[in-house]
Amino acid sequence: MTTDERHSSRVAFDVNGGRRELTLDNRTTLLDALRERLGLIGAKKGCDHGQCGSCTVLLDGRRVKSCLVFAVTLDGRSVVSVEGLGGPDELSPLQAAFVAHDAFQCGYCTPGQLCSARGMLDEVTRGWPSAVTDDLTAPAELTDAEIRERMAGNLCRCAAYPHIVAAIQETAATR
Amino acid sequence: MRPFRYHRPADVAEAVAVLADEPQAAYLAGGTNLVDLMKLGVQRPDLLVDVNRLPLDAVEELPGGGLRIGATVRNSDLAAHPAVRRDYPVLARALLAAASGQLRNLATTGGNLLQRTRCVYFQDTGKACNKREPGSGCAARHGQNRDLAVLDWSDLCVATHPSDLAVALAALDAVVEVHEPAGPRDVPLAALHRSPGEHPERETTLARGALITAVRLPHLPAARRSAYLKVRDRASFAFAVGSVAAVLDLDGDVVRDVRLAYGAVAHRPWRAYRAEEELRGRAFSPQLAARAADAELAEARPLRHNGFKVPLTRAITVRALTELAERTPAP
Repeated sequence: MTTDERHSSRVAFDVNGGRRELTLDNRTTLLDALRERLGLIGAKKGCDHGQCGSCTVLLDGRRVKSCLVFAVTLDGRSVVSVEGLGGPDELSPLQAAFVAHDAFQCGYCTPGQLCSARGMLDEVTRGWPSAVTDDLTAPAELTDAEIRERMAGNLCRCAAYPHIVAAIQETAATR
Repeated sequence: MRPFRYHRPADVAEAVAVLADEPQAAYLAGGTNLVDLMKLGVQRPDLLVDVNRLPLDAVEELPGGGLRIGATVRNSDLAAHPAVRRDYPVLARALLAAASGQLRNLATTGGNLLQRTRCVYFQDTGKACNKREPGSGCAARHGQNRDLAVLDWSDLCVATHPSDLAVALAALDAVVEVHEPAGPRDVPLAALHRSPGEHPERETTLARGALITAVRLPHLPAARRSAYLKVRDRASFAFAVGSVAAVLDLDGDVVRDVRLAYGAVAHRPWRAYRAEEELRGRAFSPQLAARAADAELAEARPLRHNGFKVPLTRAITVRALTELAERTPAP
């Protein structure tokens, strides 16, 4: 085995419903695999250190920061990026609500906000509490304060937060 | 980033054996800290042993009470577990006060305990750091040390342990199950992390290649009335500048039992035994809580920029205990 072969791996995983097979340098993050190898440039590289949330995708249905996941670990697993939520001609209700509420300005953080909100709403459906939930043993009510706390892992430098909260609130109400 | 080999072990024994043979290998669990440190060049493993698919992801309720939490149980799943929310609220609160939703979905129980300090000098390979590079010096001691230790630091290192989870587990008298090359053993959480002393590069009492496999919580009915109070620079998604985990058991107004632990003040989660001694057997009052905190913090040696941590830790001790006392119904 050459040095390069020792440091690379063959990986097969699902991306937005289709199986993808890649040979990757083990150092490749999921974010770089999506953007540089699969041409899916929705997920953004903001900080590349897990702090800004613009790279958020769903991994087996749960929101994660794709900049902190080595793609080599994902064999057999399933990834949904913003492209998998819905396209320009078939927006998901969440995406449509972001448009209706003007929930972005420059748009750089938006794919991460959308994937994070998608995962967050599922967490609420599962009854997960948050740091601002008063009663840990009761189902959480999705107040604006709950949305803000649960979306704390996604920064928006344009500060479109009030509109993001409104868009998520509307989506939750109509689910 | 340094190129690395990747291995997925079949079981715990194989994982431990591989690490024993590979001096520069590291375990990969959630990766939320390790991947970042690899990008920064702070950690440079040449082999990652991925423990994510080992069967260590169950939370079991133990006969006779208590919980056994597998090492790869994600922080989000643990915080949402019904038994944790009902019986150990201090643990759920500590988890929910940490990181962000996306990070909690990745971060594991074992990895959280072994995460590295967020001392900015440790994370910057251009700066002297005895923890990262023994003998290179400590740029933090006389640098920007607002976020660093006030208790138990040494001339070689003033770093703090960043975990919230570990503080709650210290208060709960958790036991860590580890597999070492010599075999399995139990380590009390309070004995897992080391003081910096002469060797700040040695952060735990575990043997090289040890793998945490589970954390056990004892049956502790008093923990149903417990709290985690965390102070940070913004409302969410930030490390603590001070935190306290508290369990309070009152008989009338007399303190029958109490467990206290502090975060963000030392190189390890700080179990406040001295404060507990002051409280136990006495009639509870906020003044008593303040005296107890003072007893614990008497040996604090603040650095140039972090003197505020002493009154802050005292204040959150009083607040956490007073709120718990008010919540405790009369017998």
